[in-house]
Amino acid sequence: MKIIIHMLVTLTVIGVISGGLLSQISGWADPLIAEHRQQETESAIFEVQPSAKKYEKVTSVNYELYKVFDENGNDMGYALPYEGNGFQGKIRLMVGINHTLDQVVGMRVLEQVETPGLGTKIVTDPSNKENNSWFPEQFNGVQPTPEISVVKNAKPSKKSEIMAITGATISSKAVVAIINSGIQELRKLQEEVK
Amino acid sequence: MANKVTLTREFLKGLWEQNAVFKQVLGMCPVLAVTVSAENGIAMALATTFALVFSSFIVSLIKNWIPAQVRIAAYILIIATFVTIVDLVMKAQFPSLSKALGPFIPLIIVNCLILGRQEAFASKNSVLRAVLDALGMGTGFLIALFLLGSTRELFGSGTILGFQIMPDVYEPWLIMILPAGAFLTLGLMMGFFRTYSEKKKRVERDSIVDKYLRAKKVAETNPLEAN
Repeated sequence: MKIIIHMLVTLTVIGVISGGLLSQISGWADPLIAEHRQQETESAIFEVQPSAKKYEKVTSVNYELYKVFDENGNDMGYALPYEGNGFQGKIRLMVGINHTLDQVVGMRVLEQVETPGLGTKIVTDPSNKENNSWFPEQFNGVQPTPEISVVKNAKPSKKSEIMAITGATISSKAVVAIINSGIQELRKLQEEVK
Repeated sequence: MANKVTLTREFLKGLWEQNAVFKQVLGMCPVLAVTVSAENGIAMALATTFALVFSSFIVSLIKNWIPAQVRIAAYILIIATFVTIVDLVMKAQFPSLSKALGPFIPLIIVNCLILGRQEAFASKNSVLRAVLDALGMGTGFLIALFLLGSTRELFGSGTILGFQIMPDVYEPWLIMILPAGAFLTLGLMMGFFRTYSEKKKRVERDSIVDKYLRAKKVAETNPLEAN
């Protein structure tokens, strides 16, 4: 009996001290962590919408969506963080699009776990010395009408095409599929508003 | 028993003689997973060392109060506290590093290196010795992770700590930054170090045998002199 009480008391005391300490530290760390996340989102928004000056969270939808404006408050379109399946895991990206939804302004991959050296070229491609971000930059000005498509081993001939990464076709297609379904979602939203 | 060992030895043994990775083969999961670059290896080792040192300190401080039946639960609780502290501090201060190490930081809690040192050492020795041992083991872990990380980074991306080492024409060996590269590098390194220490042992043994044989020969040819 004595030993049981001893065991209970020891574990309780350690647990209480540990819990108290951790709640103190998380009280200090949580606002900082939230701030980093905020900053990250903000820098991504301005990267996919380079001419935007202000943004505003759209609260009427149940997913994350930002509406962006230039310095005079003119509607510049949207910045949409969207995610989907990549080759090995989730890819999360942010896409900037104009307000009529017929031209992509920019794209940036936020999180990915693709194969190092192959699929990671969707972010940067160190093997291309002239422009290591050629893949994401292809999306600048692409026209998703009706939707973006991928071509292999050739230069894109239409305004709606982008070129796949050699050796990472699945990752390239995944990025395009995520963007397409994100844009679908936005189209639905605009229909509803009309 | 422990008092025969000097304090410096207590620290130094972790660096090489009982190196956590190469000799004890402990904590393999972070070793294999995060060593795609030297920087990740260093960060992982520092986080582990922090948790190890503080857990060893607390465990050896309260070792007489913990009932033997619940010691493992108590150790895990203590380790988990410090690992969570590391995780929160990293997320708050070094967000990019924390992103790169991903889920492996919380997993330090079940790193057998830390639990192993609590069970094998900190729970049986004085506070000072426990902390020295933890520092030594942590430094040994750092050396191992840095070696592995920089080798893999050098061959896999041509850089060390982000600095270009290999010439531009070098085509990176992708396999080195894939999981298979971790096993290959670790296996080759262990084999190399093992060969070295075996050789050293053999040389020592040979010299003793040699000495004995020579003395015997002298005794046989000249029995009077030997007596």
